[in-house]
This record gives sequence, C-alpha cells and structure tokens, in this order.
Amino acid sequence: MSAGGISAQNPGFTIGQYLICLRGIAWREALRFLNQRERFVSALVRPLVWLFIFAAGFRQILGVSIIPPYETYVLYEVYVTPGLMAMIQLFNGMQSSLSMVYDREMGNMRMLLVSPFPRWFLLTGKLLASTVVSISQVYAYLVVAWLWGIQPPVWGYLTVLPALALSGMMLGALGMLLSSVIRQLENFAGVMNFVIFPMFFASSALYPLWLVQQSSPVVYTICRLNPFTYAVELIRFALYAEIDWMSLAVVAIMTIMFMTGAIIAYDPARGLIARRTGGG
Amino acid sequence: MNNGAVSDVALRTAPDPAAAVAALAVRGVSHAYGSRQALQDVSLTVPQSSFTALLGLNGAGKTTLFSLITRLYDTRHGSIDVLGHRVSREPGAALRLLGVVFQARTLDLDLSVMDNLLYHAALHGIGRREARQHALAGLQEIELADRARDVVRNLSGGQMRRIEIARALLHRPCVLVLDEPTVGLDVASRSAILSHVRSLVRERGVAVLWATHLLDEVADDDSVVVLHRGRVLAAGYVEDVIASAGAVDMRSAFVALTGATPGSAE
Repeated sequence: MSAGGISAQNPGFTIGQYLICLRGIAWREALRFLNQRERFVSALVRPLVWLFIFAAGFRQILGVSIIPPYETYVLYEVYVTPGLMAMIQLFNGMQSSLSMVYDREMGNMRMLLVSPFPRWFLLTGKLLASTVVSISQVYAYLVVAWLWGIQPPVWGYLTVLPALALSGMMLGALGMLLSSVIRQLENFAGVMNFVIFPMFFASSALYPLWLVQQSSPVVYTICRLNPFTYAVELIRFALYAEIDWMSLAVVAIMTIMFMTGAIIAYDPARGLIARRTGGG
Repeated sequence: MNNGAVSDVALRTAPDPAAAVAALAVRGVSHAYGSRQALQDVSLTVPQSSFTALLGLNGAGKTTLFSLITRLYDTRHGSIDVLGHRVSREPGAALRLLGVVFQARTLDLDLSVMDNLLYHAALHGIGRREARQHALAGLQEIELADRARDVVRNLSGGQMRRIEIARALLHRPCVLVLDEPTVGLDVASRSAILSHVRSLVRERGVAVLWATHLLDEVADDDSVVVLHRGRVLAAGYVEDVIASAGAVDMRSAFVALTGATPGSAE
C-alpha cells in the first residue's frame, strides 16, 4: 500500500522515540512551571508559613523526645520539616490532578491522550515530570530551612532524593487516580477539605505518633492507615541517611496501586471517563 | 520554500487505486452516555485524498464521534479504521496516521508557538531538530513563521486555529479530522482556514473529515454526511444527497431530512 509510508512500516516506536516523548512531556511540565511563577512562590510560601509561624508557636508547647532517626532532643521545626516536605509534594500532586481535570475539559489532556504512544507510558511520563517539579520545590524549601537553622547532615540532602522521588510518585499517582474519577472539580476547596487536610493532619507530619496514641487511639489507628504517614517517615529517615523499611514498602506498594488504578481508569476500554463525560 | 517536505508527503499519501483502502471508515458505531444514546448505528467513509463534510446541528453527536475516532472513548459497538488500522485494536498505528483539531482550544496559552509544536512532535516521537524544521515549514505555509517565538495567548483566535491545523499536520498524517474548526471566528478567518484545508486535500492528498453546523462551508462537489440526533440521515456527494431528498439545494435538502433549520454564518 503506497498510501502511508508510515502505515506500511512496523507501527512500533523505537526506544529513542520513547525517550523523545518522555523528554517532551518533562520539558512541557518544566516550561509550564517556570511560566507560572505564582505557583512556584505559593508552593514555597505555604510550607514556610508553617515553619516560621506554626512551628515557632508550637515550639514551646510541644517537646519532641528522642525518637529515631533523631539522636538528640530536636526542636519542633526540625521535627516538622519532613512533614512539610511531604506536604509540598501532596499539594503538587493534587494540583497536577486538578490541572488534569481542567486539561481534560479544556483539551490539553486530549492532546496527550491522542498521542500514538501507549497510554500507560504517557501517564507514567506525566507522573515522572510532575514528580521532578515537586522535588525541585522541596529542595528550594530545604535551602530556606537551612538558613533558618534546620541543618540535617550533608549526606541527608543526597539520600533524601530517592525517597522524595518515591513519595512524589505516590502522591502524584494518587492525584492522577483522583483526576480520573472526579468528573469536575469546582475548585480547589473540595480537594483541600476531603483529601489534603485529612491526609496531612491525620499523619505523623505535625506530631509523633506516640503522642497521638496517648491522646486518641482511634486517631492513632487512622494515622497508621494513612499512606501519607509513611511518605513522611520515609523522607524523615532518608534525610538522616537512614532507611525505614516499613515506610519504603508501604510507599512503593501504594505507588503501584494508585498508578495501576489511574491507568485502568484512563484506559478507554475499561475506564470510567467514557461513562462519565457528556458531550454533543 | 519547503518543496522537499511537500513532495515527501505527496509521495506518502498519494492514493493507490489498486488498494482503495478508505482513509477513514466508520461502521455501525453506536455510543451511549448512560441511558442517553449519542450515536446510533453511524457509518461513514472518507476516501483517500478527499474532503468530506460532516454536517450536523449542535448536539447531533459530532463531538462524540470525534472522541471515538481519536480513542478518547472506546468503540463498544461497531468499528473505526484509519487506513485499515482498527482504532480499538491497533491504536498506535491508527493514531499515527491521524491528525486532529479539536473543537476546544488545545494549545498551551502560556507557551510559545514553537514550544507547543515541539511538544506535539515529541508526543509523536519526532526529535527536536526534525521537529523544528517541520514546524518552521508548517508555520511558513500559514504565514505565521514570524510568530514562532510569541506566546500563544497573544495571538488571535484565527491564528490559533491555523497553528492547531499546522500542529495536526506536523507528524505528516494521511487523515485530518477537524471538529467545528471555525466556531467563534470571523468570516475572513473562516474562509481562510477552509480554503487552506481544501488546498491540503488538493496539493498533499490529505483526507479530511470536516465537522460543521454551517451549510455555507459545504461546497457543491463535496461529499457530505448529514448527522442528526445521533443518526446518519444521508451520505454521498452533495448533488446525490439533494436529489435523493427531492430538494433543489443543500439547504432545503437538510430541512427535508432533519426537519430543522441549518446554521449559517451570518
């Protein structure tokens, strides 16, 4: 068939072309991020408000005793830092999910989904790109935190990187899954109320779990079931060049589960979007 | 200017009478949103190197059909083939041959024209160097090469549409489908875009499916498919559709078929 020199060939792509596609998705994500300076600033300001104001106030009330990975008594600012790092990634994951819902309505997501590459690859590429963005936000926060006197061991800045990659993937995949099942997000408030706040507060981000257990066994159980707790602990230990195997396992498994769910939900044959979306 | 590229495309997309595979073949497609039937047993064929108008009022099911052709939704009943590649079975092969212009704007407003085009090229596995050449050639063709570095937000609606068409052609598809591409544009931009797309059919042999609710975008020698409330009421060359409806022109044929008044630009 002379029509379509492309069609006559093997329709598969080479590995090089997969990399081109991946780089293109990451490049767009980075450009969008750089173009939206407010987004970068607000991503940085949010944890800093917690650090400068909330943590300063709590410092006198809440003493944190010696618990691993800390070898001495630590200031509350030091304790809360891994939680705030995870919070940055939580917001980033939910924000990208919101933008995916918006994109789907507006059409940008359609451009992605009409690409001939396999859909699982496109979604994973998008997830990786948004994780890279969230990691850069976290490091920007760490720079300011360092100036504020929160100075984990130098090695920690390196060892925390794989932990951030994994926790960023988990939270991004959760956002992606949500974006596929939520038809329309009226605004960010719904996600704030029903996802971000419960996940953030019912976790070990703000207070150690033993403290929670003393006051409420029920909340303690909820915290233990919250995957966000494990993201925080994974980051906390990694920041001190240690591995919390339990957290690593939970975060890895949850990442795979959320991602699998998102891929199924975005699959046109099995997915939910075909049944949910209207149109003329 | 870009003769090499044009002849390259012409070579690829030249129709072969021996193997008259339809550029786009939709057979017996039905689709429902819950209990609402959006498409009912829809069949249509777009031959290679031809212009076919998909004529229907708002709500006729045009956008649903486009969502199925582009595999946003799976085709549950019936089949859709792009140059013999079934969209549901070989989505990669089918989508590579397909260029799409959606009804909604799908350009990234905050990025430059060139970055938008390079992103699309990457989604088709085309590297930056080659993509840049294709993109510049495509922009020259629509006389927007000098706007390559501009942020999309600063362009007019008509310019955005032309860029979306250039983008849809970047990976050299054989079939171009456009969903109401002239909605919201002024008369001059509408006719410029329509004549540009018609020239793509003539000069490059691209097959086009052009969805519209505007009768004046249908020419006398076009193929036309009349879609109404999810059903195909008539299909064929304009004169045949007029004749079989027992009407004198396309407008009265449309009224006779659908009982509704078609849209017009004015």
